[in-house]
This record gives sequence, C-alpha cells and structure tokens, in this order.
Amino acid sequence: MYEGIVQELIDEFGRLPGIGPKSAQRIAFHILQTETFDVSRLAELLTELREKVHFCEICGNVAEQQTCSICRDPRRTPTLICVVEEAKDVVAIERTREFRGLYHVLGGAISPIDGIGPDELRIRQLLQRLADGTVQEVIIATDPNLEGEATATYLSRLLQTLEIRVTRLASGLPVGGDLEYADEVTLGRAFEGRTIVSN
Amino acid sequence: MVPLYRDEAVVIRTTKLGEADRIVTMLTKQHGKVRAVAKGVRRTASKFGARLEPFMVADVQLYEGRSLDIITQAETLGAYGADIVADYPSYTAANAIVETAERLTDAEPQLQQYLLLVGALRSLARGDHDAALVLDAYLLRALSLAGWAPSFFDCSRCQKPGPHSHAVVQLGGVVCDECAPSGSPRLDADTLGLLSALLTGDWDLADESPEDVRRRASGVTAAYTQWHLERGLRSLAHLDRKQLTT
Repeated sequence: MYEGIVQELIDEFGRLPGIGPKSAQRIAFHILQTETFDVSRLAELLTELREKVHFCEICGNVAEQQTCSICRDPRRTPTLICVVEEAKDVVAIERTREFRGLYHVLGGAISPIDGIGPDELRIRQLLQRLADGTVQEVIIATDPNLEGEATATYLSRLLQTLEIRVTRLASGLPVGGDLEYADEVTLGRAFEGRTIVSN
Repeated sequence: MVPLYRDEAVVIRTTKLGEADRIVTMLTKQHGKVRAVAKGVRRTASKFGARLEPFMVADVQLYEGRSLDIITQAETLGAYGADIVADYPSYTAANAIVETAERLTDAEPQLQQYLLLVGALRSLARGDHDAALVLDAYLLRALSLAGWAPSFFDCSRCQKPGPHSHAVVQLGGVVCDECAPSGSPRLDADTLGLLSALLTGDWDLADESPEDVRRRASGVTAAYTQWHLERGLRSLAHLDRKQLTT
C-alpha cells in the first residue's frame, strides 16, 4: 500500500475495465515519473468528456452536439440505415469506407439472462425513424454471436410488417484464416452465403 | 505438469473479459458447473469460432488455473445455438432454461441435470414442441432433480390420494381440502393434467393442450420455480410466446 494520493490514484485506475492492480500501479507511476506527461490536458479531457459528449438524439452514436456528425452530413444516403449494437461498431464500419448511409445504435443486444430485453434497447426510436417512409433498407449489423443473432431475428420479425427491405451482414470464413480450423457453424454459414464466381 | 482435463459441456453463459477474451460458464458432464476463460474467442479469426457460444454442446479440453480454468480446445457435439436463435420464442425459452441450470447446479458432478439440459436444448433446436412447453417441462423436471418434485395429483402435504384442486406452490403443488390454507386458489383438471404430463413426459397430451390451459400451467410453473430459486429468474420476464407472432 502506498500513501495518500498515489494509492487513491491506483485505486481509481483499478476501477476501469481491463485494468488490474498491477496495470493501475504502472500507469500511476508513469504519470508520476514522466515529467513531459501533460496531466492537465488529460484532466481537462476527462472533464470535457463528461460535460460535452452525449449520445446523438437521432441515432444514439456519440456526439458533441445534439446530433452526431454522420446524422448532420447531407452527403449520407438517408434511405439506408445500418443497425449496430454499440458506437464502437459505427467506427469499425466507417473504417471500411463501404457504407454511405446512416446508422442506428441500439445500445446492446437482447440477452434475457442478463435482464436485457427489447425494451432496454433503442428499438422504439428505430421504429420512429422508419415511420415517415424515407428509409428503404435496414441493414442489421449486430455482432455475429448468439445475442447479436437473436437481436437480428427479433428485428427482422418486427420490421417485416413495414414493407422495408431488411438485410443482414454476411457471415462466413475470415480473410486470412485456414478452412480446416473453421467451426461447423461458421463454415455452414459460409456455404449458405456462397456467391457465384462463374456460371 | 499442467493438470489438463477433458469433458463434455453445455455453454450456459458467456461474459466479456478484457480485450478479446470471455469467461464461459459451462455445465459439464463430469465436473459440474465450471467457469473457464476462452482466450481470444471474440476475435473474428478465433480458433474457437462459434463453439463456445451459449447453448452449444462441446467436447472441451481445459487446464486448471488458479481461480478460473483455461479452455485450450473445443469441438462441437451439438450446434443448437443457430437453430434456437432463428426462432425468437425458442431463444427466450432457452435463456430461462440455462439460467435455471446455472442456479440449480454447482461444482459437483450432476449427470442427470446435464442430460436434462442437453435434451431441452436439443428439443428447442429441433422445434419438436412449442418452446413454452419445453421450458415448463424442463423447469418442473430440473426442480424435481434438485429435490423439489411437485405433486399435481396426490396431496403434496399429507399424501392423501388425489385428485385435488387446491394449488399452493409454497406447499409443493396440489393439496387436499384439509391441508389447504383458507383462500387458496383452485386449478382446473385440464391445467393439472398438463402439469402432470409435462412432469412425466407425456408429450402427446401436452402438444394437444389448448392455449389457455398452457398459459395457466406456465403461470403455476413460473411461480413454483421462482419460489424455490429464491431470487427471481431475470429471463422469465422476457419470455416471448410463439402465438403472439403468428
């Protein structure tokens, strides 16, 4: 145990996800010993994060204004909405530069065992966005795990009455992997979603 | 030498750990409930792929860690997850089933509970019966295996031969007129018949039962389960019954 502030700082870092007591100690001593480390900048950013960063009123992505930069961008295609679980997924899809539509962040996936049902997600807000008839296609890009698939099943069932095209991201073999190591479910999906190379 | 062991397991629950790992809670055939770390399982190119998703039955190899064991290999024995998740009512029922299994088991080997769990998930995946019926049958039988067998015919208190119609979950099922506390509710013969059928595995009778009877039986089963598990099952609140969708 250290004295006073050092121990308090270690304890605070230790509360963060993925940081154990050793990592917390290493970070605290790095700040303490590195004179060039701009502590006030870090403190400012942490304060600003709390004060200025919100969730976009339209899509639920992180935003510094009432709406996020993607929802405000007039060059984005308003007829396409990609539904993702977390704001982190928006960043991942944006990195591909393949998608030019809008997003809708659900805030998680349906997991009854963890007490998360459809009412705990931003599904009602999604239905409100679809009500005016602008959107022609909803791309469900929830995680390719069990909770993500269940959420996709629920959404597709819900949206089938709205006469909107509902699509799901393809899943199959990862690029750079070996076929022999693919599990049965993934390989099965790859067969289901195979594409024509030549007739 | 690293103590390695191998077992058959049903994945009950997964929890994110660190950057790309997961803690996988499993009910194994020989080692009871085991919590183990699957390293790198959340990466898209993970060697585990979908093998350690909830509702999967897998042949797993683990080595004993200090607090949690580590999963080194997994081979699929029953890929029930994909079929269950394709039908939302089955998914919500499967959640309630695995949550019950998690609550009723511990580190002691419980082969009967394991086999019952695998059977219930297989039935849901195949779509053999209505998902709500599979769930109710599982709950009644799992509680029976845990030592809380209900009675839906003879008096659960004095064993006076039935049929009886007063249903008191706190007393273990139906009770005779003498044992029934004042004001205790009565259940109709059809509902009691369905509950007995679910407990004994009379699927012909269960599959033929009308919807209102199934709903009453589900209510009794849920109350009986919640009473014995002390803390409520979170997943029961999110159950989705098939007929609402069709």
